[in-house]
Amino acid sequence: MTGAALPAPRITAKQRPGDRIFSSAAVLAGSLILVTLAAVTIFLIAQGIPGILAEPGETTILRDRDFWSYVGPLAFGTLWAAALALVMATPLSVGIALFISHFAPRRLAQVLGYVIDLLAAVPSVVFGLWGGLVLAPLVRPMYAWLTENAGWIPIFNGQASATGRTILTAAIVLAVMILPIMTAINREVFLQTPRLHEEAALALGSTRWEMIRMAVLPFGRAGMVSAAMLGLGRALGETMAVAMVLSPSTVVSFFVLGSTNPNTIAANIALSFPEAYGAGVNVLIATGLVLFVVTFVVNALARYVVNRRREFSGAN
Amino acid sequence: MISKRYAGLAGLALAGTFVLTSCAANEGDAAAGTGSAASESELSGDLVGAGASSQGSAQEAWYAAFQGDNPGVTVTYDPSGSGAGREAFSEGGVDFAGSDRAFKDEEIAEGGWAACAPDTDIVELPLYISPIAVIFNLEGVDSLNLDAATIAGMFAGSITNWNDPAIAALNDGASLPDLAITPVHRSDDSGTTENFTEYLGAVAPDVWTYEADGVWPIESGEAAQGTTGLVDAVNGGNGTIGYADASRAGDLGTVAVQVGDEFVSYSPEAAAAIVDASPEAEGRADGDLAIEIDRSTDEAGVYPIVLVSYLIGCQQYADPEAGALVKAYFSYIASEEGQDEAASSAGSAPISDTLRGEVESAIELIK
Repeated sequence: MTGAALPAPRITAKQRPGDRIFSSAAVLAGSLILVTLAAVTIFLIAQGIPGILAEPGETTILRDRDFWSYVGPLAFGTLWAAALALVMATPLSVGIALFISHFAPRRLAQVLGYVIDLLAAVPSVVFGLWGGLVLAPLVRPMYAWLTENAGWIPIFNGQASATGRTILTAAIVLAVMILPIMTAINREVFLQTPRLHEEAALALGSTRWEMIRMAVLPFGRAGMVSAAMLGLGRALGETMAVAMVLSPSTVVSFFVLGSTNPNTIAANIALSFPEAYGAGVNVLIATGLVLFVVTFVVNALARYVVNRRREFSGAN
Repeated sequence: MISKRYAGLAGLALAGTFVLTSCAANEGDAAAGTGSAASESELSGDLVGAGASSQGSAQEAWYAAFQGDNPGVTVTYDPSGSGAGREAFSEGGVDFAGSDRAFKDEEIAEGGWAACAPDTDIVELPLYISPIAVIFNLEGVDSLNLDAATIAGMFAGSITNWNDPAIAALNDGASLPDLAITPVHRSDDSGTTENFTEYLGAVAPDVWTYEADGVWPIESGEAAQGTTGLVDAVNGGNGTIGYADASRAGDLGTVAVQVGDEFVSYSPEAAAAIVDASPEAEGRADGDLAIEIDRSTDEAGVYPIVLVSYLIGCQQYADPEAGALVKAYFSYIASEEGQDEAASSAGSAPISDTLRGEVESAIELIK
């Protein structure tokens, strides 16, 4: 903006040590995350490529398949389990968040908020133990009932598992695990709804539900999508809970109540890595690369959705 | 406001990470330092092993007792898996390896043992024998007599109900319910699976047409993680059947397996007997006691479903101190005391005196 004919006096702020330290610390932190991400990417690609190129039969893990037919069912299982979890967790988290932000008495809302945050602190191994030892036996009779009475729904059509350790059980555990983060974000977003919008809606004679539908939900739409995507990210990468709960095979199957379930990439790595060696390690790292790419694509997609929706959210 | 608060939290988390990691690093150094400094007995130094997770808990008991007798020695064993252990041993990363199978002939021909003196052979000692029980959860039935073909049929899916005539024919008078059989297998790569499938393939090749493998060969059916997960799954289901280390069978029903004309339940003695009844692999060096387990033996009192895990070391170490340590450690493991220790802490079957004689003469070769 400075004209060439009239050189503007350069105004430089006095550099205090505090400013310097803080700005360089911030730059360092910022670049550290990029370096870490780059290091992980390079590791995955360098170690994964021999796995992708591995011939069928080169390692015991692949058996007589090539890499893509090995990772295909795993990628499917990862997305399928995460999608099931999201379908269960999204309405629930929106409901809890709305209850906390707009329905519950202040004190109860606070307590409930703490409890939800506490759920987020439970380690996934504990969820895994609970899912395998408590939840699976509990849902087993329900699964048997579902296959008998709701078998006309394709995903319920088949022989029910005798142990209850199915992908639906794993998805329920995943849903419980992603609930806290989703609820926390949804709650924050709903609380940000401009007071004037809410009051305007109420002044026009709407009931509380109508106010929420017309003012709160449209405003929070982008936030709800972000919450869902964060939850999805965690569900995609969750390892221990799935490994401990699921009864896995390398198949593509939409039936959610049986013994034969598709495995997830992360759980498969956890299960196979301890005994893997040689090219098998590369194959597993290559599946990790696929998971990395899948997560990346999902996040990019989410960001795209959020950006596209921003102008209609009513926030501006 | 909010961003400030989170920045503070993030800073705290970062600082915490640094503090914790540096702390852990210090501890490791300190432990190694005191270990080698407090040497009073003749032996001293660090002995590093890695390999099969099956002998992990036995190794824990062994090195705890061994270090008690030799305060100057620090033994570590990383249960990172048989394949990883063999690889680490070939590359010289560890002094000894634990493995659920011996090195194959072609691997031995390739040679190149980095920890050993050039052009010397290795010793492979079958010192961890663990019976694998076929366990089931069926109300009112504690024990069943089954032959290999029936077991294979149940796991392969050709026998699907507990009241199948094939099961009834072997169990006179047992009340078998009309209930679906749910076979449970391991979802992780495991030596238990490899030995179990090897048994099925060796004794019932018509029914079990798959190759022996640490990964379950059939891509369907119920699966669970690890021995504990599998036992839990069998326990939690109804009409379930699985296979696990015999020491973990607990209250579950177990199968007596047909050998020749009789049915043999698992017992430490019967499991150790199969090793004596099996021939050693041919064309091996003197100290290499690789056993070709004869699963289809007809010999009386032998339980054929066992996992035999080897301890692998050099005949002559490049570093003579490592040789002395390995020799002392292996001698302890092969001793009656060492075998009993593993039996009580890991539920393994102590080796027979015949095998001990052979193992001891093999250990004599270690330098």
